[in-house]
Order: sequence, then structure tokens, then C-alpha cells
Amino acid sequence: MPTFDLAVTPLRDLNQTLHDIVQGDNDLQFEVVNPRGHHAVAAGVHAPVSIDIRGSVGYYCGGMNDEAVITVHGSAGPGVGENMVSGRITVKGDASQYAGATGCGGLLVIEGNASSRCGISMKGIDIVVRGNIGHMSAFMAQAGNLVVLGDAGEALGDSLYEARIFVRGKVQSLGADCIEKEMRSEHIELLGRLLEKAGITDARPEEFSRYGSARKLYSFHVDNADAY
Amino acid sequence: MCGIVGLFLKDKSLEPQLGALLSSMLVTMTDRGPDSAGIAIYGDGDGDKAKITVQSASPKKDFAGLETELMRALDSYLSIEVKSTHAVITLPRNRLDDGRAAIAELRPDVRIMSSGDAIEIYKETGLPKDVVSRFSVTAMAGTHGIGHTRMATESAVTTLGAHPFSTGSDQCLVHNGSLSNHNNLRRELKHQGMTFETENDSEVAAAYLTAEMAKGKNLGEALESAVDDLDGFFTFVVGTKSGFGVVRDAIACKPAVMAETDRYVAFGSEYRALVSLPGIEAARVWEPEPATVYFWER
Repeated sequence: MPTFDLAVTPLRDLNQTLHDIVQGDNDLQFEVVNPRGHHAVAAGVHAPVSIDIRGSVGYYCGGMNDEAVITVHGSAGPGVGENMVSGRITVKGDASQYAGATGCGGLLVIEGNASSRCGISMKGIDIVVRGNIGHMSAFMAQAGNLVVLGDAGEALGDSLYEARIFVRGKVQSLGADCIEKEMRSEHIELLGRLLEKAGITDARPEEFSRYGSARKLYSFHVDNADAY
Repeated sequence: MCGIVGLFLKDKSLEPQLGALLSSMLVTMTDRGPDSAGIAIYGDGDGDKAKITVQSASPKKDFAGLETELMRALDSYLSIEVKSTHAVITLPRNRLDDGRAAIAELRPDVRIMSSGDAIEIYKETGLPKDVVSRFSVTAMAGTHGIGHTRMATESAVTTLGAHPFSTGSDQCLVHNGSLSNHNNLRRELKHQGMTFETENDSEVAAAYLTAEMAKGKNLGEALESAVDDLDGFFTFVVGTKSGFGVVRDAIACKPAVMAETDRYVAFGSEYRALVSLPGIEAARVWEPEPATVYFWER
């Protein structure tokens, strides 16, 4: 298993190696040590490889990820998994602002807490957070699922489109056009599958509340002007 | 963008390393702000002595003979240590205000960076590594300090536009963000008697805190008021003679990471600014909440 020590190897060497992987290559497991808060660690990976990062990373770890399974054995800075396409990113510690922003697909699991703007403008990604999330999470989210086992901060789901939000704990406040919705059987099933995929066995789907768009702000109507 | 760092030591044995630790944190933040850099270091207050840090664009001319002239003007013993474009004047504490007045009269072009019992401020345009080396910051000891690497947005790239800003005795502030109501606030603060040296929004924030503390608030209470009265984006790290505070606006889009151990409290715009601190692997690391004041005092 190739190991990259970012205390001695330039980050560009790691990312270039990961970008150069083609079908048929044998090295499909990588380890990264001493990430020391570096930015863009394992960003733009486009291959079904597994990458274990031993320590905390800075901005945009796993950005644009396509197919890779990335595990951060530490915390992640702003924008982890931003614009992810597919694959899986797991953060063992906490994540900073806008985790999984604009993600189109794949699964982002944060085992600690996520900060503000988690899942902002998500477009199909699934995000599962074991702890709490900060304010303005899922702002303008368009598709995908945000699952939170802890509490959510202010203005959850502001100007939400069609993404689904499931929160087990308290929600400090809902943003414009975000409302609580009924948990129907199809949502219980969906949430059960998401929790299983995320490896969470100590939470039941029935314990969650579902939030989604009231669909009043899709297009401007003067009667709704006060809701913006 | 801008980068901010701060370090407040709890463990006395780390005090000789303060300058070195803070410099390393600051240099790591270079790519958040390569325009200018500055650092405020709080040393141990020395009994009845106080310090004024001054800066000159022509140090050879301005600092020559200043010691003798100031001693004559104040009729009191004092000493001057010149460091590149800056000089630290150590004088009896009860002559601090007279000293400031005498400097303004003797050398009208010299700028006062800071004054107080413990604070020294060094700031210049240029890369952080050059700024820390020209002032030998790595060799400095102290109890706490803050630093800033600037990417200019609201005012010009000049020495005076660099952070930290000090608008009161032993007080200073560094800022990442931009304020939107600084012109109005500056006008109000001028009415209250504050004076300003720049058009910089961050100087207004520093002066605001000074004015609030002059009303009897402690640093923590002044920071609480700042959340209500300042409009715009900000992450502030502030220092007083014995205190260290952090606050972010309610939107909190400017990055901030804090770490605390038994030996220190540290602040960085990014986690990588903290990675060289002793024992960081075992530290409690967290992101300060929006509109929430964090404040330590020794």
C-alpha cells in the first residue's frame, strides 16, 4: 500500500499520483500521513481507490470526489467533499463550514459535528452527521438527503428546493420556506437505508423528524414577498 | 482573505518561546494575506515602567538623537531600543502620556504603534517571514500575542493599514472581514473624542472596543456589545494587558479554529496554523460559534 508522508512529500505529488490512476492499476489503497491541515488533500480523485488520511486536513479535502472511498482519521476544514460526484467520504472527527456543498452524489459521513452551511446547495449527495450541524445548513439545497443525529442550528433549509432533511435532535429555527413534514413509510425506509449505509446502528428512523420545502418560493409571487 | 493567529499562554515555561511559536503560526498564514503583516506581543509588565512602540519611514533620521531629546523634554530617564523601522521607548509609567505628547512634538512624522505596560507592536508591508525576521520576533518572550497577515480590501496597502490596531493602552485588535457601518461608527466615535489615523475599517473596530472599555466594561462585555453594534463580516482576535478574546459575527463566514490545552489557548484562521504547537494532537480543537464571545484572562 503506497504511503504519502505530507511532511516530506509535496501535496501535488500525492494528488497527481491519484489523478494518474487508470483502470487495471494494482495500487488501489493509499495512506496519507502528516496531513497537517493541508488544503485539497485527495481532491479530484476519479478512480475506485481507498484513501486513509491519518490526521486533520484543511480546505476542500476530497473535493469533486468521483468513486473514491476516503477516510479522514481526524477533522476536516471548510468544504470537505465539495461538489462530490460519487464514492464516499468519512470524517472521523468534526467538519468545518459547508461540508458537502453542491455535492451531486455519493455519501459524506461526519462522525463528529459539522459546522455552519452543511450541505449548502446540495444537488444529490447524501450527508449523514452523527453530531450537530451549524446555522444555514442545506441552504438552497436542491436534491439529496441530509441526516442529522444531533441538533441543527438556525435557519435550517432556508430557500430549500427538493432535498430532504432528517433531524433527530432539536432544530433551532427553520429558514424561509422550510417546513416540518410527515414521516411516511417511504421516508422511514429511505432513512433506514441511509443509516445502514453510514454504518449507524444505534439510531432508529422513527426517532427523526423530516423537513422539506413548502414550495412557495420556487418562483416569485408578490403575496410571498414577506417570506424571503 | 487575511490570516489571524493568537496565542495566550497559561504555562509560564512556554513564555520564552512565545515569539517563536507565534511567528511560525503567522508565517503559515502567508497565503491568506501577503500584503503586510503585524504582530503584538505582551511581555511581562516591568514594575513602574511603560513602553511606547513607534515606527518611522526614515528611521535613521527620526531615531537619531531621539533618546537625548526625549530625556530632556521629559526631564526623566528613559531608554530606546531601535529595531529596523520601529523603536521601543521604555519610560516611567507615570510619564506615558507626556512621552506620547513629546514624541508627537519632537518627531511629528513618527507614528505611535502602541503604548502601555506590556504591549509592543511591529507591523510593516511585505511578506510575514520578512516582517518577523526584521524585528527578530522569534527571539521575543511574552505571555500572549496576536498576529495578522493582510490581504487588503477596505483600504490601502500601507504600514498604517497593517494590523494589529491599537487604540488604547495595552489594547489591540486584528480583524478578518470587512465592516459595512465603519464610516458611521467612526463619526460617532469621533464625537466621543476618539482620534483615527487611517480610513481602515478595522481601526474603527479597535476604537469601538476602546470606547466601550472606557465606559467600564471588561473586554468580554465590550465584545458582547460589538456583536450588536458592528455590521459586516468579522472574526476579531483582541488582546489586553491580561486578556485575550475572540468573537465572530452572526453569519460567521470568516474561518476560525481554536485549540486549548493545559498550557495555552490558540487561535488560527486555519487549522494548519496550529499544527506546530506543542501537544496539539491532544488539544481540544473547536470552531468558535457565531456571535459568541470567547474570553480568557490571567
